Amino acid sequence: MKTYTKKQRELKKNLVGWLLVAPSLAFMLCFTVWPIFRSIYLSLTKYRMGMAKPEWIGFENYINLFQSGLFWKVMGNTLYFALITIIPSMVVGLFLATIVNRKSRLTGFVRTAYFYPVIMPMIAIASIWMFIYMAKNGLWDQFLAALGRKPMNVLSSKKTVLPAMAVMYVWKEAGYLMVFFLSGIQSISEEVNEAARIDGAGSWTIFHRITLPLLAPTFLFVSTIALTNSFKLVDHVVIMTEGAPNNASTLLLYYIYQQGFTNFNYGVSSALTTVMLLLLMVVALPRFLSQDKKIHYN
Amino acid sequence: MRKKIALVTAAGLLASVVALSGCGGGSNSSGGTSSAQGAAGGAGAGESKAEGGDAAGSGEALHLTFYYPVNVGGSAAQLIEGLCSDFNAENPDIVVEPVYTGNYDDTVTKLQTAVQGGTPPEVFVSLATQRFTMASTGMAMPLDDLIAADPDGQEYIDDFLPGFMEDSYVDGQIYSIPFQRSTMVMFYNKEAFKEVGLDPEKPPTTWDELVEYGQKLTNENRYGVGLALNSGSAQWAFTGFCLQNSENGENLMAEDGKAVMFDTPGNIEALQFWLDLQNKYEIMAPGIVQWTDLPTQFLAGEVAMIYHTTGNMANISQNAEFDFGTCFLPAGKRQGAPTGGGNFYISNGLSEDRIQAAWKFIRFMTEPERAAQWALDTGYVATRQSCFDTDLIKNYYEELPQAKVAFEQIDVAKPELTTYNAAEIWRILNDNIQSAVVGDATPEEALKAAQEQATEVLAEYQ
Repeated sequence: MKTYTKKQRELKKNLVGWLLVAPSLAFMLCFTVWPIFRSIYLSLTKYRMGMAKPEWIGFENYINLFQSGLFWKVMGNTLYFALITIIPSMVVGLFLATIVNRKSRLTGFVRTAYFYPVIMPMIAIASIWMFIYMAKNGLWDQFLAALGRKPMNVLSSKKTVLPAMAVMYVWKEAGYLMVFFLSGIQSISEEVNEAARIDGAGSWTIFHRITLPLLAPTFLFVSTIALTNSFKLVDHVVIMTEGAPNNASTLLLYYIYQQGFTNFNYGVSSALTTVMLLLLMVVALPRFLSQDKKIHYN
Repeated sequence: MRKKIALVTAAGLLASVVALSGCGGGSNSSGGTSSAQGAAGGAGAGESKAEGGDAAGSGEALHLTFYYPVNVGGSAAQLIEGLCSDFNAENPDIVVEPVYTGNYDDTVTKLQTAVQGGTPPEVFVSLATQRFTMASTGMAMPLDDLIAADPDGQEYIDDFLPGFMEDSYVDGQIYSIPFQRSTMVMFYNKEAFKEVGLDPEKPPTTWDELVEYGQKLTNENRYGVGLALNSGSAQWAFTGFCLQNSENGENLMAEDGKAVMFDTPGNIEALQFWLDLQNKYEIMAPGIVQWTDLPTQFLAGEVAMIYHTTGNMANISQNAEFDFGTCFLPAGKRQGAPTGGGNFYISNGLSEDRIQAAWKFIRFMTEPERAAQWALDTGYVATRQSCFDTDLIKNYYEELPQAKVAFEQIDVAKPELTTYNAAEIWRILNDNIQSAVVGDATPEEALKAAQEQATEVLAEYQ
């Protein structure tokens, strides 16, 4: 048998690795990396439907966006929506996880029940929740009527439209986050809890002195997921309001869609996409940097 | 070991080649899917394709792709497929493949994808209001030469109701042929009228009467007037109110589609009137009622008079548990109503034989009997004068006199808001109307803002 130098052996080992990832790498290049660079390029051009070629205009798209009131309104909506969905869905998710962590005959059923909104497509959920939020005849307005109150028509008021969507979103998202919290909780060694119990700690003390701190890595992971998810979903806006009233429910992704596929303004749409990309990178940064550092994985 | 590596290498390479070729073919895939959809589009299309195949034995059958949206409930898609297979049976040398493309917005998106992929459909139905965009982006071709070459071409065009034909022109050239057209009428609940002592045969004819009747009809469980103010609907109804309040029937835009007139005193008054219906007289639900909710509320007896499309005639006549009537939209300074709906277009850059085949298809689809049947089956208004001489329409109006109002109103109707970059301009007007409705701006501020934003978008066409 031929002998190889160390370097050659390493190369050979790596080659196999590269070949193994080649298929997914090809997909990544095609469907992720290439579109990203293409978007960045298009964002620096004027390009509308009917134009033969994109026309280079430098940063004009960005300057126009930053000067437009609508852009800042949309950014405000997006951050506001993220804020009012992430924290509640994490709290509810954690709460659900502690419930389904208990062993009982119903555990399987309860877990399925909490998880099923996750597997339903957002389009279906939004269509169903439309009936809850529908003006006057919807479940919510009927409920108010039973209490003798005026109908709210939540989707048509600029104050209530995003919170109403957030409630629906939390309902869908909490089950998803529950799964991560559940696996986090279950990975905490039972011995620690037992030791605490012997020392006379109550279940609340155990929860906030042991479970919560040990869940820190899960928290970071879940909050990143929750944040990016809240940016990534747009179906409910399309189905429920189309951004109404007066763009009070227009989120960034919907705005991108509208510029690209309704107004056929590919340049502006690409600039918005680049903004979104930067936003998501900023969001993912803490997790990326703190990997295995400050946070204690066991 | 070596064998293993070789195997892995081969597999890896193969997979990446497959992935890459899939990637490169991306632009063609839209064409591929669309024809697949066409083939899968029902047995009717499938059969006709087979017939076309037989004919191809002797000569070459021309294959045309036809994109069509469906914006009303019911069986419109089946009807279109039926019509296409009739055409294919009659014309063995042409095979039209109908492709259902969702609603109007989806259709434009798919069209755009197909055009970029180099496989546009030969014929398509799109909103009449899209014609400026279709012309300026070069997606559709002017039809004047075809009309001139057709022995009875001019006669054919003259037969369309002028109210519908009006929005087929771009710079004096005809770009589209009316197909599924509608207008806005008022539906009212006759029983509610009786209940409050109003004559059910005398619906409101003016804004003043609208307010007066509305006040009588409004009670704890019912609003007098219903208007849908969601995005995409508000601008349609608003066109009507602005026409009604105009001095000489001026519309919201210049005929060439390059300018809008949103902030005229008359239009500001019209928007103020809407707010008054909600806040001053309290005879219309506050906030924004969705277009699709409005008929439901009407059928549930929660609104006594609604402004809605004639396209809802079938739905309302089948589901109303009370006697209902239809009437012209109440007049302000004058009578007025908006028209809407979809037209036929032919794609740009086709070979001569394809253009001829596409024109033949459009002529076939708009023959009086067929257009009349289409109107009956869908609730759209028949597009041609001669449709109204057919027994089909005569019997229909006898059975359902409420449907006739829409036809009679076409004389006073004008096209809905249409400009270059129509979608963007629509959005601007809708957003600003909504800002007034939710109280962010006064009608004057809202329409001034809309005017300013729209003028900026249209600046490049001046």
